Amino acid sequence: MSTGWITSLLIWLPIGAAIALWILPLSRYAIGSLAVLVSLVEVGFWIEQAARFDFNRGGLQFSERAPWIKDLHVSYHVGEYAFSLWLVGLTVVAMAACIGYGFWVGRDRSRAYFGLMLLLTGATVGVFVAQDLLLFYAFFEAMLIPLYILIGVWGGAARLGATIKLLIYTMTGSLIMLAAIIVYGLKVGTFDLVDSPTSASRWLFLGFMLAFAIKAPLFPFHGWLPDAYREAPPEVTAVLSGVIAKAGTYGMLRIALTKFPEPSSYYRTVVLALAAATLVYASVIAFRAADFRGVVAYSSMAQSGLITLGLFSGTNLGYDGAILQMIAHGLISVSLFIIAGTIERRTTTGDFARLGGMAKGRPALATLLMTVGIISLAVPGSAAFAGEFLILAGAYQRAWWWAVIGATGIVLAAMYMLRLISAVLHDARGPAVQNEALDLRTGELTLVVPLVAGLLLLSAWPAAISHHSFAGDAPVDAVSGQFR
Amino acid sequence: MIHTPHVDWFSISTILDLLGAGGIALLGAVLVPSAWRRTFAVTVAALGSLGAIVTSVWLYVDSANGHRVIADSFYRDRWTALSQVLICAIALATVLVGAERIREHESEFYALLLMSTAGMAFFVGAANLMTMFLSLEWFSIALYVMCAIDYSLEGSLEAGLKYLVIGSFGSAALLFGSALVYGATNRIGFVEIAAAARSHDLLLVLGLAMIIAGLGFKMSAAPFHMWTPDVYQGAPTTVTSFMSSATKVAAVALTFRLMRTAFPQEAHLWTWGFAGIAVASLAVGNFAALVQKDVKRLLAYSSISHAGFLLIGLSAGTALGGRALMYYLIPYSAMAFGSFAIVAARERELGKPVTLENLAGFGWERPFLGVALWFFVFGFAGLPLGGGFVGKFYVLSAAYDHGWTWLVIVGVLATLVSLYYYLGIVRAIYMRPAAELAVTGGSPPREALLQVAVGAALVVSVGSLVAVGPLITLAKHAASALPF
Repeated sequence: MSTGWITSLLIWLPIGAAIALWILPLSRYAIGSLAVLVSLVEVGFWIEQAARFDFNRGGLQFSERAPWIKDLHVSYHVGEYAFSLWLVGLTVVAMAACIGYGFWVGRDRSRAYFGLMLLLTGATVGVFVAQDLLLFYAFFEAMLIPLYILIGVWGGAARLGATIKLLIYTMTGSLIMLAAIIVYGLKVGTFDLVDSPTSASRWLFLGFMLAFAIKAPLFPFHGWLPDAYREAPPEVTAVLSGVIAKAGTYGMLRIALTKFPEPSSYYRTVVLALAAATLVYASVIAFRAADFRGVVAYSSMAQSGLITLGLFSGTNLGYDGAILQMIAHGLISVSLFIIAGTIERRTTTGDFARLGGMAKGRPALATLLMTVGIISLAVPGSAAFAGEFLILAGAYQRAWWWAVIGATGIVLAAMYMLRLISAVLHDARGPAVQNEALDLRTGELTLVVPLVAGLLLLSAWPAAISHHSFAGDAPVDAVSGQFR
Repeated sequence: MIHTPHVDWFSISTILDLLGAGGIALLGAVLVPSAWRRTFAVTVAALGSLGAIVTSVWLYVDSANGHRVIADSFYRDRWTALSQVLICAIALATVLVGAERIREHESEFYALLLMSTAGMAFFVGAANLMTMFLSLEWFSIALYVMCAIDYSLEGSLEAGLKYLVIGSFGSAALLFGSALVYGATNRIGFVEIAAAARSHDLLLVLGLAMIIAGLGFKMSAAPFHMWTPDVYQGAPTTVTSFMSSATKVAAVALTFRLMRTAFPQEAHLWTWGFAGIAVASLAVGNFAALVQKDVKRLLAYSSISHAGFLLIGLSAGTALGGRALMYYLIPYSAMAFGSFAIVAARERELGKPVTLENLAGFGWERPFLGVALWFFVFGFAGLPLGGGFVGKFYVLSAAYDHGWTWLVIVGVLATLVSLYYYLGIVRAIYMRPAAELAVTGGSPPREALLQVAVGAALVVSVGSLVAVGPLITLAKHAASALPF
């Protein structure tokens, strides 16, 4: 298939646009418009790609390959499987919403800001489509570069500490992964993810898993999370939790489980235990968190635990559910953080103690927050319910107690989400909520409504993803066959 | 009567060109009226180094079959030619950076610069202990004077003196080592030494150790690094940028050739020796850099740590190691040169030494230099913003290929430590509010030529990430000139 150029375009168009933004003498308004335009063009190209995608066929699609470092057998190799198609879709949609949000709130130093956001788009797409280990690593690292500056420059008061933590934590993981990549690649003689054989080395597996567990993050590697999620600008937190955390779980599926089948099953119980611990621990903290972003941040962490639970259950249902949940939670998380941003703009705070009673006179805000909140607590019939149900069913097939722990997490999710909704929308009017604080404006609705519409669509037809993520409807076979 | 050997004039054309240009530049001091002197010296130096680049490229093309010339005292091969291209390019960039800031003794400065470049160009092709030592002294003496050329500055004079004293110590070690090797083998030619060496010859091993120590001084590897921070800090920044990049290229390129050619039987000794020096350099450079406030000192320690990375490639002692080394030198010298040049620009603007504090706000005030510095330090840290990333991957691959997984892990850990101070620079230029600075008023000097030099360094550093393939091929051809 000679359509690989679309995949490459999805990576390089935003990066090229970022460079153009830095060089061209454009006005502030033109820079923002151009960035939004490019992010929408990305969505357009992705839709084109999804329309052409053959979900019945196994193997890599839209692939493109060129030698990069010949003597070490490293190549520029990109392409998509069905599940990577969905993750790329999540990335471009979320980035469009977040870039739109940045434009709407009028971020200062727009040239740098929008350039970095576009750079982040390209790098994140790259992670999901790279089919060469070194290329994957390069994009995995490249995501951090714009994130570091976005948080460090446009973040809150304690941003410097947050960025240091984020970088040191994630780089620890990824540098150890680099060592693992070098050892694995040179040992098997190729860095290509499609061609390379499986490995039984437990050390290498651990090297990769550490990087992904930090990125996701799993307990106890989440030390960077609270600060980064609180201090980053809301739209960057949205990307971080909605999309970039998924790079961790994607890596588990694409590399850890696929390339290391023996070590995966050897360490299965350990990983499942960590995932379950993450789910329960983060849910409990989310219930105790004192502010909007704290709840959503820890709920994202809990979801990472749940997704990992699905992946490492190693069952058909678990895999399907994990992919569905990655997408559903990505959309939920982006919507919630953008709503958090709009609330912070109106009240200057996210503290529950100073919020409350915002539903009155603000029907759009109340409706949207309620809808997303209800979907996220996995009410039957919602996309998140479908995803969590599949994951739990898959976990049950592994052993009944994993499903029990998972179900506890879902009960906790209902508790913290309802607490959030009532603390923000209902209760007595908080001191920070002025009568003059407006309902969501047209610009904000334009950003959030499509995301919520997507969620409702997924709720109506979850099989769109859960039945279209792996060729042949047998994910276990697909994974053990390395998706070939 | 002394027998005159046949002289292949073309093989030393680069050196002759540089010497000639140096002589003309020096004549300018007495023949050209003072109003024209600077323009004259800069023009001659720029043309001279440009010509040297042309001849060395030509030599590269024309020396596919490497051999020794002029009574077997000089190598005409691609290893020599490629190192010369690098060194002469650095010299040209130094001329551009110096053009607007060297305002006293211009003729002498450029004459010394060209002479020391000529010395380095000769050094990398040295084929026996005599030419090696002579050319080492040749470029070192020119550098001693260049460090102290700003003798009105206390630091500059101190730097010159310190470099002279400690440098002489290194030279003495090298000379003594050479004498011991000569004593053991009765030969001075590299190839002849290898042929005449007996195994388990204590004299030879002692000589080898002292030669390694002497060369270690020049490449500022720990534990021979003590002079580096003081000299880099005290010397005029133009000179520092030249020294930090060109000297390292020359020293590393020659060392690898010397080890491969003259001491192949002792490979089991020097590979371990260099691995030890690499680990020491990584440890000393990175940990000491963590606490530096002065940016020049910080970059000096960073340069020590990069000597460590280069030595990882060198210590592998294989063809892959040689390629890795040659490749690494390309982005490294661009980044090292560029970052010091940017420090020079800031220094000129402030009129005092650049520290992390007074770097605050630099990125926003001078966007181009800010972005360039951002790219350079992230490139140093091995993030995929430039060839530094591939360079690191390459040397670590060489270490693994040699069977030294532990060295890969040391390299990865060192990179992790280095992140902290490299991020500190980016934090300083973008994330700190601009400090109240005693700027003399008015906009900063434009310094178009400096910006051109920094731009060229940026292009090389980023370009070496994209064009890995062609550069590796160049490095491969160069390394194939050495015996393996």
